[in-house]
Amino acid sequence: MNFNLTEDQELIRKTAQEICQEEFAPKANEVDEKGEFPIENIQKLAQYDLMGIPVSEEYGGLGYDFVTWSVVGEEISIACTTTGAIFGANMLCIYPLMLFGNDDQKEKYLTPLAKGEKIGAFAITEPNAGSDVGSIRTDAVKDGDSYILNGTKVFITNAGEADIYVILAKTNKERGARGISAFIVEKGTPGFTFGKNENKMAFKALPNRELIFEDCKIPAENLLYKDGRGFRVAMQTLDVGRIGMGIGAVGLAKAALKEAIKYAKSRIQFEKPIASFQAIQFMLADMATEIEAARLLILKAAFLKDRGQKFEDIAAMGKLYASEVAMRVVNKAVQIHGGYGYSKEYPVERYFREAKLFEIVEGTSEIQRSVIANYVLK
Amino acid sequence: MDIIVCIKQVPDTTEVKIDRKTNTLIREGIPNVINPFDKNAVEEALRLREKYGGKVIVISMGPPHAQEALRETIAMGADEAILLSDKAFAGADTLATSYTLAMAIKKLGSFDLVICGKQAIDGDTAQVGPELGEMLDISQVAYVCKISIEDGKAIVERVIEDGYELMEVTLPFLMTVTKEINEPRHASLRGVLKAKKKEIPIWGVKELGINEDKVGLNGSATQVIKIFSPPPREGTRMIEGTIEEMIQELVGNLKKRKVI
Ligand SMILES: Cc1cc2nc3c(=O)[nH]c(=O)nc-3n(C[C@H](O)[C@H](O)[C@H](O)COP(=O)(O)OP(=O)(O)OC[C@H]3O[C@@H](n4cnc5c(N)ncnc54)[C@H](O)[C@@H]3O)c2cc1C
Ligand SMILES: Cc1cc2nc3c(=O)[nH]c(=O)nc-3n(C[C@H](O)[C@H](O)[C@H](O)COP(=O)(O)OP(=O)(O)OC[C@H]3O[C@@H](n4cnc5c(N)ncnc54)[C@H](O)[C@@H]3O)c2cc1C
Repeated sequence: MNFNLTEDQELIRKTAQEICQEEFAPKANEVDEKGEFPIENIQKLAQYDLMGIPVSEEYGGLGYDFVTWSVVGEEISIACTTTGAIFGANMLCIYPLMLFGNDDQKEKYLTPLAKGEKIGAFAITEPNAGSDVGSIRTDAVKDGDSYILNGTKVFITNAGEADIYVILAKTNKERGARGISAFIVEKGTPGFTFGKNENKMAFKALPNRELIFEDCKIPAENLLYKDGRGFRVAMQTLDVGRIGMGIGAVGLAKAALKEAIKYAKSRIQFEKPIASFQAIQFMLADMATEIEAARLLILKAAFLKDRGQKFEDIAAMGKLYASEVAMRVVNKAVQIHGGYGYSKEYPVERYFREAKLFEIVEGTSEIQRSVIANYVLK
Repeated sequence: MDIIVCIKQVPDTTEVKIDRKTNTLIREGIPNVINPFDKNAVEEALRLREKYGGKVIVISMGPPHAQEALRETIAMGADEAILLSDKAFAGADTLATSYTLAMAIKKLGSFDLVICGKQAIDGDTAQVGPELGEMLDISQVAYVCKISIEDGKAIVERVIEDGYELMEVTLPFLMTVTKEINEPRHASLRGVLKAKKKEIPIWGVKELGINEDKVGLNGSATQVIKIFSPPPREGTRMIEGTIEEMIQELVGNLKKRKVI
């Protein structure tokens, strides 16, 4: 047992923290208010080698592990939740290429993503298929050396800004989940356009747009992994995605706790800082305790993954727990701020809106519980 | 374009507190950082290298822990770093310091440009750069805020009291830079990992083959007898009211005291 990061992991985390605190934190509120994709932040992530942490050096990455990727993701989310969400979604495109891409696909698509020269997106969700991935309707019909795509994806993070899309489509309508295949689609391919951007409760700077495929012809070599094995690609991608979502929720919760502590120390009521009241102290104590537990769960999942051990159940627990902790933490953080917590003057108002996302995206809490129950009952 | 940058490690003044009783700086536990203007010097060297090719070598005279500052410049992208450190260098004033730096630069051989920060934030003398230029017997321009290079000549803009001065200088020369010249980059992840493994040689009196009488306390023309902070100013009064009222009161007061 060793809970310490290695020397290199800590060096990377600390470097990332400095970059994120100096470059992203001061502009985080502005990013949310403006609602514009923070492209400068993403360029900085690329410039400082943060985009391809777990990708091998051969394909332009840093050649480190998922623990390192997680603690860096945490630092990004502490500083700017939106940038953290983009960073997380990007991995949903990088990871399936790492795991299932052939050499040519890795060379062509993984390398620019790992270097941060290009942005990625991952698309499963459709208007009538969310939790039930097997029911997607976008279809891909083989036509000689090509596939023809038709259908619509919704809510796709990074849509429009991303250059490379890993998408799921049906290659065999008769065969449920076993009829699904994964494809790589480049922005600019004829027949591939972007539809409406979802008008969301929070994360307004995060694009969540429709992908529209109308007789979109892609080369057959853009099939990722095997025909009919796309469901597996998606599930294994989401296993790692849960680590990313979980650590994003932890980062957000940490940022909210930091604000709550600062406020509780400086706000005077009844002639004392409110931090001197036990009611406030107990809230802060619960927040800190739950954040610590959530963080350990996520890092354990990353640690197991790095060692090639079974991590999927722990990753689901981590995502479930961290996202629910984030909700409880932001609720208390607003409460500690009193009326000011309800005002946009303080960032906790934003954190309160943002936290909800983590209980929904990449598998709702109900889906996580189902996944965990499956492991428990096995 | 081979560039030599001189940096100094200084206490992080944003973290420094003053002991009210003794009126001296509390140095314990204060982290050390690269002198901020020197960071601009490193950044400018890296940008010039990116544009014109060549090498960036960073040198620093200081105690062994100044290696950390040098390591940071490697992480930012510098090619080589050398620490000038020796017991004999202790107590050096600006003259002895610039002499030591000059000897190291001569040992390094040819170069196109030497860059220093305009001043160190602990001593604030702004002397080492210009003195070093003299000792190397090359042209020097202080307070540079912009530079471009063409055909072995540099066009530089320097900050002077009432504006900017545009000058043409022939390479090689020395410049000191202000913080307006650029926004220093952070170290990248690849950079810090590389810097961690980087060998940073230490040169002392022996390696430099220099006369001990000209370095450190022995080689210093000045000696510090006492360091003290001036007592904090008192009697500050905040003027309140509308802008009009505040201006009237301020101007009235200044007139009353015959300042204007
Ligand atoms: C900001 C944001 C970003 C997103 N980014 C992406 C992206 O990049 N790529 C992508 O593909 N998708 C993305 N999504 C979509 C997201 O993954 C889905 O919203 C999510 O999977 C839930 O699907 P749904 O919205 O269709 O809800 P539904 O599946 O319709 O679920 C509705 C409710 O029913 C519950 N439910 C459903 N089935 C069951 C069951 N069997 N047992 C118990 N309860 C059940 C759910 O838990 C939920 O409470 C994003 C969504 C948001 C909000
Ligand atoms: C939308 C909105 C509408 C409003 N409308 C009105 C209005 O019409 N008229 C009006 O007068 N006000 C109004 N308010 C103000 C509102 O009543 C106050 O925000 C509320 O009373 C809390 O006060 P506070 O914000 O100063 O928080 P604080 O009093 O500073 O409280 C901060 C935190 O400390 C806790 N705390 C404080 N003292 C103690 C203690 N002794 N022991 C334990 N915990 C303590 C609080 O419970 C809270 O969690 C409004 C506020 C909002 C957000």
